Amino acid sequence: MAKELLKGNHAFAEAAIRAGCEAYFGYPITPQTEALEHMSKRMPELGRVFLQAESEVAAINMVYGAACAGVRVMSSSSSPGVSLMMEGLSYIAGSELPVVLVDIMRGGPGLGNIAPSQGDYNQIVKGGGHGDYRPIVLAPASVQEFIDLTVEAFDLAEKYRCIVIILADGSLGQMMEPAELPEMREVRRFEERPPWSLSGAKGRTPNVISSFYLDPLNEEEVNRRLMAKQAEIEANEIRFRELMLDDAEIAVVAFGTSGRIAQSAIKNAREEGIRVGLLRPISLYPFPYERIRQLGDNVKEILVVEMNSGQMLGDVRIGIEGRIPISFYGRQGGVVPMPDEVLEEIQKVNSRSSAS
Amino acid sequence: MTDKKMVETLIYTKSESLTELGTHYCPGCTHGISHRLIAEVIDEMGVREDTIGIAPVGCAVFAYDYFNMDFAEAAHGRAPAMATGLKRVNPDKIVFTYQGDGDLASIGAAEIMHTAGRGENITVIFINNAIYGMTGGQMAPTTLPGQKTTSTPLGRDIEMHGFPMRMCEILSQLDGASYVVRRSLHNVANIRKAKKAIRQAFEVQRQGLGFSMVELLSSCPTNWGMTADEALKWVGESMVEAYPLGDYKVSPEIKGMKKGGGG
Ligand SMILES: Cc1ncc(C[n+]2csc(CCOP(=O)(O)OP(=O)(O)O)c2C)c(N)n1
Ligand code: SF4
Ligand SMILES: [Mg+2]
Repeated sequence: MAKELLKGNHAFAEAAIRAGCEAYFGYPITPQTEALEHMSKRMPELGRVFLQAESEVAAINMVYGAACAGVRVMSSSSSPGVSLMMEGLSYIAGSELPVVLVDIMRGGPGLGNIAPSQGDYNQIVKGGGHGDYRPIVLAPASVQEFIDLTVEAFDLAEKYRCIVIILADGSLGQMMEPAELPEMREVRRFEERPPWSLSGAKGRTPNVISSFYLDPLNEEEVNRRLMAKQAEIEANEIRFRELMLDDAEIAVVAFGTSGRIAQSAIKNAREEGIRVGLLRPISLYPFPYERIRQLGDNVKEILVVEMNSGQMLGDVRIGIEGRIPISFYGRQGGVVPMPDEVLEEIQKVNSRSSAS
Repeated sequence: MTDKKMVETLIYTKSESLTELGTHYCPGCTHGISHRLIAEVIDEMGVREDTIGIAPVGCAVFAYDYFNMDFAEAAHGRAPAMATGLKRVNPDKIVFTYQGDGDLASIGAAEIMHTAGRGENITVIFINNAIYGMTGGQMAPTTLPGQKTTSTPLGRDIEMHGFPMRMCEILSQLDGASYVVRRSLHNVANIRKAKKAIRQAFEVQRQGLGFSMVELLSSCPTNWGMTADEALKWVGESMVEAYPLGDYKVSPEIKGMKKGGGG
């Protein structure tokens, strides 16, 4: 398929449709609403389900219900709306259902604003809802990557029967870039729905989907199963991109939009002769700890850049294990850093590390 | 004398729509009666293999263990939203929720309201026992003025806690709601009427006529601090007075519906 000029929010919505998403439930919130609007037109056209829910609480529980039926289902929202979904997400995690959610983060806390932010890293990557679970979290940095990860998200969710959250920010939702959409995939036929799904117990024992285990030993068994799944995810699903790290003395670690901005800054720094490279984690859970650990052996200093007060920073620290200095540069509240600001930080780190 | 043949007539048996498991409900609790009525209706309609239930958070949380059919467990109050999602991708199945008064009228007030407002083609069985049973007897939105609960130890004070919510009356105002009725389980005559209403509600859904809800005035002897008999008497007197029985909404399409087998 040829490249076309696509807005991030339209692109991921259309990508989901082409990945065979059969039902979408959502509630309007900027800077994500174009996705809901796109779904409202396209899904009925294709004979699929679109419903504007009365709240994000209802939307995620509609998703929960449709997921019980074994269909590909998703929702999308932005920070305040995703906060409201946390209860439902926890139930979905406890019931081990495949669900895809897109969070187009905006400035916070509270009502905050509608500008791009990465302030929900901790909430999303560490679980978010109550209880002991982790969703797979993927962070795109371009419209094309957004499309590709959305398609992949459905496969991963079904492979592990888990939640996959695409964590992007307002600028990715709003920006337009040339990108290529995948081929259209039909929705699963009724007979192809998974054996555990709720479809009426015709000629079989009933299926029950629940996250309720009164006996702690039974609940522990579920938790252990989730843990085993996480170990498998951690072994197989780590994704990152790197740039010019081979001879680097400084490594910038940044995800999503911050990673993209850092990339421009690094190119400029290279022109000044600074040996700097970029590691851009794409899977935030599972986090590329091992690659970060290796960086601790190969570079002199790490610079973490985020659009928050240093949330992924904690994960980078875990990977580095205190072996080399880590500095941090962040803009908050919906402010997007400029490549020049990041370049300046790289220069500072460079003069410090070459002095030592 | 001619040969006498022994003729056995089966007058009572376990419903196929119930599992073999004994329930955990307290003696004298009417949750069990509600289960039985729903199961009989599903049996009689022959739709057990096409029915999906959604259990609440409340004393009936284990409903999925007692009903012999596909079932899901909702978050507290969210069953109508979950049922919406399930029904939209399974339009040919019968989907019902089973919800307590805390679940439906308090924490899930928004979900039930909008599900009814959309005219979602599902059936809701609403168990109004004027209390939070599962958590040990706190005030529900349906608790009567003056009624003692563990969180209104001096009795529900309307100055402090406001007034009971009458969900049938409220939901019947919504254009999307097709069949909204209140029945009681305090004696046999009323139980029979309750069963007819449940049958009607499921028929409404089967014929695609939209949102149906049967509210059942129910007992909670344990948390009311009464014997089983006293509790039923209290339902028949105090609750029926506060929550009048009747048909609050029966859409014209339903009135024109052919009478189903079970009435
Ligand atoms: C979000 C949330 N809040 C509170 C609870 C605790 N809780 C469990 S059941 C219940 C009330 C149940 O009362 P009702 O719906 O009337 O059902 P009953 O037990 O009376 O049948 C409460 C408050 C919970 N499980 N989840
Ligand atoms: S606590 Fe009340 S509602 Fe719950 S099972 Fe016992 S009697 Fe029934
Ligand atoms: Mg109750």
